[in-house]
Amino acid sequence: MTGLGVEIKGVVKKYGTLKAVDDVSLRVSPGELFGIIGPDGAGKSTLFRMIATLLLPDSGKITIGDRDVVGDYRDVRSVLGYMPGKFSLYQDLTVRENLDFYASVFGTTVGENYHFISDIYRMLKPFEKRLARHLSGGMKQKLALCCSLIHRPQVLLLDEPTTGVDPVSRYEFWEILKRLSADGMTIIVSTPYMDEAYKCSRMAMMIGGKVIKEGTPDDIIAGYNGKLWKVSGREVYGMLLAVKAYCGVVSCDSFGDSLHVVVRDDIEGLRSYLREKGYDDVTVEATKPTVEDCFIELVRDGCSDR
Amino acid sequence: MDAATDNVITARNLTKRFGTFTAVDAISFEVRRGEIFGFLGANGAGKTTAMRMLCGLSLPTSGEGRVAGFDITDEAEKVKRNIGYMSQKFSLYEDLKVWENIRLFAGIYRVPDREIPIVGGAMLKRIGLADVRDNFVRDLPLGWKQRLAFSVAILHRPKVVFLDEPTGGVDPMARRDFWELIYEAAGSGITVFVTTHYMDEAEYCDRVSIMVDGRIAALDTPFELKKRYCTQSMDEVFRTLVRGEGKKGGARL
Repeated sequence: MTGLGVEIKGVVKKYGTLKAVDDVSLRVSPGELFGIIGPDGAGKSTLFRMIATLLLPDSGKITIGDRDVVGDYRDVRSVLGYMPGKFSLYQDLTVRENLDFYASVFGTTVGENYHFISDIYRMLKPFEKRLARHLSGGMKQKLALCCSLIHRPQVLLLDEPTTGVDPVSRYEFWEILKRLSADGMTIIVSTPYMDEAYKCSRMAMMIGGKVIKEGTPDDIIAGYNGKLWKVSGREVYGMLLAVKAYCGVVSCDSFGDSLHVVVRDDIEGLRSYLREKGYDDVTVEATKPTVEDCFIELVRDGCSDR
Repeated sequence: MDAATDNVITARNLTKRFGTFTAVDAISFEVRRGEIFGFLGANGAGKTTAMRMLCGLSLPTSGEGRVAGFDITDEAEKVKRNIGYMSQKFSLYEDLKVWENIRLFAGIYRVPDREIPIVGGAMLKRIGLADVRDNFVRDLPLGWKQRLAFSVAILHRPKVVFLDEPTGGVDPMARRDFWELIYEAAGSGITVFVTTHYMDEAEYCDRVSIMVDGRIAALDTPFELKKRYCTQSMDEVFRTLVRGEGKKGGARL
């Protein structure tokens, strides 16, 4: 399959006085797996809905290949698959009925394109007669993905497809996305999971309706400003409060069983401060930032009104 | 609460069957007062069913449980009155204002009328939402909603609060803000029973159980679990357990 590129140029969408999407320009190449991350209210879903022809931009232009999402919306819909953030299935239809319904809406049949989704649908097949509402989170997401793929789109839009999905199912879901992308499909996906963002070929970070950073995950990480230290010890929450109260701290965030800390001056100051506070089993070592560190840094710098 | 043991939750062979399907298969565990207990598992492992039984919303097929000092079979109504509950899917009424939600839930949980303005006002101030008390909940960012929902769920000072994927879809910054509230609540003596699919959050729990196919496959501190499975992260512990044990049950639902 040859995917289509997506070009977003100077797109603006206002709700009343609020600029939900504020002059966004992005270019996604055919076959890319492109991630969009940002805090809630950043404008990600609004952007998705405009690409999906469901919402008109106030200004700017979005093209899928050479089709304009406003002027050629019918053509666009035939080449586009869209999986919205909220559960998009009909709860009181069975697995198979949902799939048949979506196929018929797009003027095709499940039989015609079955080979295209068979890898995913195989996992759902034993539950064909089950009502969608009785599926677990992971299964629902796989069915929703099948429904958005059944007309063989060249561009796939996924708005937080793995929210509420357990780590193993999430992993499986992303393996499927990587395969589709390797086959040439263009995929744009938003996610609140930073480990997923890292799996994208490129990504954009949105805050307050604007794209404030764009690049490969490694580019984004390379743009991290501070010198990052990992502080580990037994009592993480106690340490978190202690480090936050330390006068030389720039930032301190919990990362699972440790803290990621940036200090103003020498790290020795923090070491002896922690010893004074009675944390003597603490290890402090330099560490590399992750996409999550970058996210936190950008959100902190970018919208102090939160 | 069982005075002798300080346990706020006790489950003994708790079981729930739907027809021939055993959703929860004889699980047993205790949760101590003030503990943050992580209740993990794959989608469809039986977490929600188990949680519904512990909240007095669904009767066990067999086995028994005590929550906040009451029997979940014989005293389900008392259980409901003495716990707090919040989920990612439902927590607050979107088409009511912030303050209306507070009044409604405080009333349901029998906070005396004259106390509602005092405790409600103090709570809003503490979580920094005093300025939006007259806004509709639907207009709040998700992170704010979740903080508000949690604070509303513990406004009546329950012995235990059940949190069903409270941070699903919440961004990394807002998740950290939310966990600070959890720590504060636990520090003040409220027991926290929480499900999550974020494995970094599993690390923030005092103890963690992992459900696989209706059973508790492992239960310990994150530190001990990582040691036992020789891994660096809870993510790997989770994958080892779910992948390893899930096979015999076929595809997970």
